[in-house]
Amino acid sequence: MDLRPAYIAGVAETPLGEVWDHSELSMAAVAAHEALAEAGMTFADVDALFTNYMGEEGTVQLGEYLGIMPHYADSTDLGGAAFEAFVHHAVAAIHAGRCEVALIAYASRQRTRRSRKMTRESDTSSLGAQFELSYGLPGPLGHYAMIAARHMYQYGTTSEQLAEIAVAARAWAALNPKAWSRDPITVGDVVGSRLICDPLHRLDVCLVTDGGGAAVVTTAERARDAAKRAVRVLGVGESQTHWSIAQMPDLTVTAGAVSGRDAFGMAGIKPSDVDVLEPYDSFTITVLLALEDLGFCAKGEGGAFVEGGRLAPGGALPALTSGGGLSYNHPGAFGLLLLVEAVRQLRGEAGDRQVPGAGIAVAHGVGGLMSTASTVVLGND
Amino acid sequence: MTEKSKGPDLEGLPADPTTAPFWRAAREHRLVVQRCTVCGAHQFYPRPFCLACSSLALEWVEASGRATVYSKTTVRIPVVEELTPPYVVGIVTLDEGPRLTTNLVGDEPEIGDQVIVTWRERPDLPPLPVFGKPVAERGAR
Repeated sequence: MDLRPAYIAGVAETPLGEVWDHSELSMAAVAAHEALAEAGMTFADVDALFTNYMGEEGTVQLGEYLGIMPHYADSTDLGGAAFEAFVHHAVAAIHAGRCEVALIAYASRQRTRRSRKMTRESDTSSLGAQFELSYGLPGPLGHYAMIAARHMYQYGTTSEQLAEIAVAARAWAALNPKAWSRDPITVGDVVGSRLICDPLHRLDVCLVTDGGGAAVVTTAERARDAAKRAVRVLGVGESQTHWSIAQMPDLTVTAGAVSGRDAFGMAGIKPSDVDVLEPYDSFTITVLLALEDLGFCAKGEGGAFVEGGRLAPGGALPALTSGGGLSYNHPGAFGLLLLVEAVRQLRGEAGDRQVPGAGIAVAHGVGGLMSTASTVVLGND
Repeated sequence: MTEKSKGPDLEGLPADPTTAPFWRAAREHRLVVQRCTVCGAHQFYPRPFCLACSSLALEWVEASGRATVYSKTTVRIPVVEELTPPYVVGIVTLDEGPRLTTNLVGDEPEIGDQVIVTWRERPDLPPLPVFGKPVAERGAR
C-alpha cells in the first residue's frame, strides 16, 4: 500500500479503580501527558484531538483543558468502540495529510460518581422509551442477555462455555498488579453467581470502575523521536448494525464481522497470524461473538473454541491479557485501554502477563447495545 | 419547530408524529405495522419510507398478532416502576416479518414457540402489546 504508514507512538492509563483525587479532565490530562512523553512530544505537538463522553462538545471541552486548538477533531459516539474507530479516523486523516499528531484521550469516574444507569432514555417519546423501556428492558444488560440466549438456542452454547471467558480474564488479571479483581475464579463460581438477566450471571458482566487512557497516533517521521518504540497500525475497520435490539438483523452476528474483515484485509493478515487478541469484554458473550465474527472460529463454534483455557495464560490464543473489562478495569467505555494493552504487549512491557514474542496484536472495540464494532491490527516493524 | 407552532396533537400519547398511529390503534387493541404499497414489505417501527425498497408509499395494516419467539431474557433486577422482577422480555418475529421487543406473559413461551398478541392495560397510557402462548395451547401440558 502506498499510503504513508501510521504508528501508535505513545500510550498511557489514567489513574484506575476508585479515583477520588482527580476530575475526569485531569485524569485524561495526566494520561495524555504520559502518552505524549512516550512519543517524545508535548501538548504543543498535537494537531488532532479525539475523545468521547468528555462533555457535550467532546473535543471542544477537552481541547480547552489541554490547551490544544486542533485543526482536526472528532467526538464520534460509537460507545466503547469509539477509540479503535478513532485510530481508524486518525489514520485516514494522516493518510490524507490533514494531521500528523493525533491524541486520543478519555476518562470516566462512573464508579465514584455512581452514574451508571440501567435506563438511558429520559425522553418518553424516544423510540427506545416507546418500544423497549416500556417492557422494562435494561440497557445494555438485557440486550446482551437476549443475544446470548439466541446464540445458545441456535448453536447449543452453554453458560459454562461463556464462563470460560470470565475465568480466562481473571487468570490474566491475577498477573496484572493494576487489575481491580485478581482473586482466581472457576467456571463453577461464574455459573453459581447471581443470575441478573438470564442467561447472564453477575460474573458474566464487566466491572464498573473509574479509568481511562490516552494514545498518540502519528506518522513514521514523527514517531522516530519517540522515547519508546512505536508500533505500526497495520489495519483498521469499523461498522455498526442497530440501536434497538429488535432491529439487529441477526442476534448472533455483530458489526465485528465487517470491522474485522476490513481491518484484517487492510493488514493482509489471517486470524492465525494474531499473537495477542484484546477483545472488548463488556460481557462474556461479547468476546464469544467477536471470536466468531473476526474469524478465529466458525460461526456457532465460539463456545467450543473457548473451552480448555484457550484464551487464558498459556492458552493457544492469549486474549484479554490485561484482565479485560471483566477483571481489570471498565470505565464505561473500555476501548482505549484495549489499545494501551495491545501496544504494551507488542513492546514487551507487559511484565508477568507478557505474551512471549508478540508481533501482531488486535484490539477489537464493541459499543452501545452490541451496536458498533471497530478493529485495529497493530504490529512491530 | 418554532415556539409559536402548536405542533401535532399527540393526545398525550408517548409518541412522535410517526409512531402516533401505532399507539392510537393500540387503544383499540389493534396491532398495526406499516406495509409498503410498492414492494409489499412490512416494517416496524414506523418510518416515513420503506426500508426494503425506499418507496414513500406506506400504509398501516393490522398484523395477524401471531409471532414466533426469537429470543428472551428473564430480568431479575428492578428497571422500571411498572414491572416487578422477575419478568420476561422477549423479541418476537411477527408472521408478517418485522421483529419487536415485548414482554412474554403467562405460561412462559420458549425461543422458537408460536405466540399471540395480548394487551396489557396501563394507567394513563395506551395498552401495550405483549405476547403469550395461544389459549388452546395453555394447559395442554
